[in-house]
Amino acid sequence: MASTVQFDLVSPERRLASFPATEVQIPGAMGDLTAMEGHASTITSLRPGVLRVIAADGMKAYIVTGGFAEISATGVSVLAEQAVPLNELTPAALDALVADACEAAAVNSDKDAADKAVADLYAMRAAAGI
Amino acid sequence: MPSLKDLKNRIGSVKNTRKITKAMQMVAAAKLRRAQEAAEAARPFAERMTAVMSALAAGVGTGEGAPKLLAGNGRDQVHLLVVMTSERGLCGGFNSSIVKLARLKANELVTAGKTVKILTVGKKGREQLRRDWGQTFVGHVDMSEVKRVGYANAQGVAREVMAAFEAGEADVVTIFYNRFQSVISQIPTMQQVIPAKFETANVTALYDYEPSEEAILADLLPRGVATQIFTALLENGASEQGARMSAMDNATRNAGDMINKLTIQFNRSRQAAITKELIEIISGAEAL
Repeated sequence: MASTVQFDLVSPERRLASFPATEVQIPGAMGDLTAMEGHASTITSLRPGVLRVIAADGMKAYIVTGGFAEISATGVSVLAEQAVPLNELTPAALDALVADACEAAAVNSDKDAADKAVADLYAMRAAAGI
Repeated sequence: MPSLKDLKNRIGSVKNTRKITKAMQMVAAAKLRRAQEAAEAARPFAERMTAVMSALAAGVGTGEGAPKLLAGNGRDQVHLLVVMTSERGLCGGFNSSIVKLARLKANELVTAGKTVKILTVGKKGREQLRRDWGQTFVGHVDMSEVKRVGYANAQGVAREVMAAFEAGEADVVTIFYNRFQSVISQIPTMQQVIPAKFETANVTALYDYEPSEEAILADLLPRGVATQIFTALLENGASEQGARMSAMDNATRNAGDMINKLTIQFNRSRQAAITKELIEIISGAEAL
């Protein structure tokens, strides 16, 4: 039995998941990272992307947009602004996310950051295979 | 002395009122349970968020170069009060207690020579504040279409508040809401959201930050504002239903008391009428 970390996925409205996982792949703002047991304590902000969790009963994937992850040696807590299980995601919902981001990009003064958010969403869509 | 018919009508109408208040109480009880669940479900996020932000804030400090949402913009002149109340009445002192607290604070600020601006969420508070503070209103968030408060609603309010802050139209932002304690007790609370205030953090572990502490904090602070407002909205929702439930419970009980009183009065009058008729008959017979 592989060693595990306690994985929590929390959105503002509810706790989406809480179970032991062997491996958590996080779309960090500075690049993807994988957290396993004994990882150095880290706090990273998230970019829109796919969060993959490998647990005893297989892999689960979630779409997250923004937020942050708190990693310690024994646990990973992901606090996502929005989080949807990948298998519940509909193309329409994804389109709505992209539209929101484009709208925000149009008025945002920080053009680079806003464009990056849109680009991240397109990348996410590709990764999600929708 | 009301006639028998009047009394009967009166009893009928109070009975109808009792039915309505009873139904409202039950509806409020059901909604309260849902609101409480929502408030509870949102708690883990808010707690973690606050914990991480206070740790970050302690690390970054409020010195030069700190994010404005944390350190403030260096002024303390214009205060924006966000007064959150309900969209519907018949909930006891729920709205009045928030408005009272807001008024108190507004008076205090005006006496201290500050400028007060008021943003209302929910129309009941707006109605109560309009007479004295109508000229200070800067906006209103309408929640009457919202069936269930979501994070998106809170983000909407937060965006408005932050826009005002960034444009320099407000220096300090305080929110007013009722903290839910129990069905019979809701505590009017005011909470300063900008500049963010944290209780002294007890830093438990040393963390690596990716990207830098400052960047994460700058990213998190706007979310923190939204989260605080979201929590406040949920607490308010639960408080409203709690207050309505106890108010309607009282009303139902009062209606019951009133019905008893009226019934006694009705019976007495009826008996008096019967006695009067008997006396008339007997004295008529004796006179013959």
